[in-house]
Amino acid sequence: MNIVVLMKQVPDTEGDRKLDPQDNTVDRTAVDPVINYIDEFAIEEGLLLKEAHGGEVTILTVGPERATESIRKALSMGADKAVHVSDEAIHGSDAVATARILAKALGTVEWDVAIAGSEATDARGSVVPAMLAEVLGVAQLTFARKVAVDGSTVTIERLTDTGYEKVQGETPAVISVVEKINDPRYPSFKGIMAAKSKPIDVKTLGDLGVDAGEVGLANAWSQVTSFENAPPRQAGQSVKDEGDGGAKIAEFLASKKLI
Amino acid sequence: MAEVLVLVDAVDGTVKKSTFELLTAARQLGEAAAVVVGAPGTAAQLKDQLAEYGAAKVYVAEGEDLAGYLVAPKAEALAAVAAQATPAAVLVSSSADNKEIAARLALKLESGLIYDAVGVDGAGNVTQQIFGASITTTSKISKGTPIVTVRPNSFAPEPASGAAEEVAVSVSVSDAAKKAKIVDTVAEEKGSRPQLSDASVVVSGGRGIGSADNFAIVEKLADSLGAAVGASRAVVDAGWVPHAMQVGQTGVTVSPQLYIAVGISGAIQHRAGMQTSKTIVAINKDPEAPIFELADFGVVGDLFQVAPQLTDEITKRRA
Repeated sequence: MNIVVLMKQVPDTEGDRKLDPQDNTVDRTAVDPVINYIDEFAIEEGLLLKEAHGGEVTILTVGPERATESIRKALSMGADKAVHVSDEAIHGSDAVATARILAKALGTVEWDVAIAGSEATDARGSVVPAMLAEVLGVAQLTFARKVAVDGSTVTIERLTDTGYEKVQGETPAVISVVEKINDPRYPSFKGIMAAKSKPIDVKTLGDLGVDAGEVGLANAWSQVTSFENAPPRQAGQSVKDEGDGGAKIAEFLASKKLI
Repeated sequence: MAEVLVLVDAVDGTVKKSTFELLTAARQLGEAAAVVVGAPGTAAQLKDQLAEYGAAKVYVAEGEDLAGYLVAPKAEALAAVAAQATPAAVLVSSSADNKEIAARLALKLESGLIYDAVGVDGAGNVTQQIFGASITTTSKISKGTPIVTVRPNSFAPEPASGAAEEVAVSVSVSDAAKKAKIVDTVAEEKGSRPQLSDASVVVSGGRGIGSADNFAIVEKLADSLGAAVGASRAVVDAGWVPHAMQVGQTGVTVSPQLYIAVGISGAIQHRAGMQTSKTIVAINKDPEAPIFELADFGVVGDLFQVAPQLTDEITKRRA
């Protein structure tokens, strides 16, 4: 079973993330870039599927040159190779363009399942896997908290508000996994050394046959026209419990007509 | 006046509050038209409820194939309705299913999508809160029919009478849309608490609760308020509650009228998922806990004393 893991490099959520006032896109210099946290679970799930069913794990990333650092980390966890789509013209692309680029890039490798994290911590859209399945016309098996493969049949447990749905489809399939589906491994020293010589195939839009006029900020189907920093929330009143803390909260709630 | 389509969410024959919120928003933007997609017989139960919130029309796309598969058939149905109605915009509530339906619809209609909006105005300005609500953006859709997914609790639902004129839409679901079959649906949550993502009141517990057994303190407080129950990441990581209850950067984002944080310190990862709540109350023994920086009302004290007392007070006042 050949597995592609869709990995995104994002600004670290621990940093003070910003937008670039020049073009209202994510400022990728303000905060150190890292592997999208939830994608680490996607990488681990890919490695587990390879261990159980054989095949290769390929990391697929669309992102600027600097994403190479994150790709090397994913390779050091145990992935076999990577495809890195990197092109200035991609800057500012919306989710639709990203899904179309991913679809073209998947055409350059052998794959049975493409696994993504259920969301990226920067955009938080959770829309790219569904869009990718739509573009490719393949099964969409998203928000998986468990993935089971039996031959060409993939069954997942899709996390819902009240429990889960068991959803089944045939390969090729686009899967997204939620955090905590597994326990992502740390790169070993051996893994880090091995990653240095693993192949990263860098592709431009031209290599993939994607028209630069269909992607990028200027061709996005929606635009951020302005932004402002939200005013920090003002702290209200705090009291020390003198044995009547619960009653005091009830009074406060009543004064706000909340009870 | 141009129609604004609202995809209807319902559970067991009852329209969800988030749909009423969107019908209210749609009336400010144009003529509200509800879209019911589901198995045959779905719309009959919902029509009167939709009329009470001003739906001028109810588009009904029903078929056996519209239930039982993951999102793709519903996106095809919504696309069929949009083709028939040529609406000014399509609004759906920001659930996981609906965001994926909207994602597919954007490609089908070649139209721009903005997700997780907290506001939409008549000029087409859509506001979102990003990066843990630290930045508010305003965006516009420049292509096709604007498709907007709206976070629950962004609009106050206001009743208004609507004609709810029924319009049947025939949909034939493609084979491509039937590639992910729902073979089983399993409910794990006991009781009848509201869903976390769109509840008006949320009570969450954190590490200070100390154990899975003690979590009953949070549940009792929640039940006294008719609230949904949430948890911090630490509590989920410890295995005291299921993952679906995690509020935060990588969990559920909530924006209720009232959020009560019990024994939660308020790490950035948690704050990102709840700091747009209208009113925040915190109970924590550590006066330095960052949650107090957000709280409208905070009590520094032992949650094992304060929370049960609050539960009793609420129960008494509501009796």
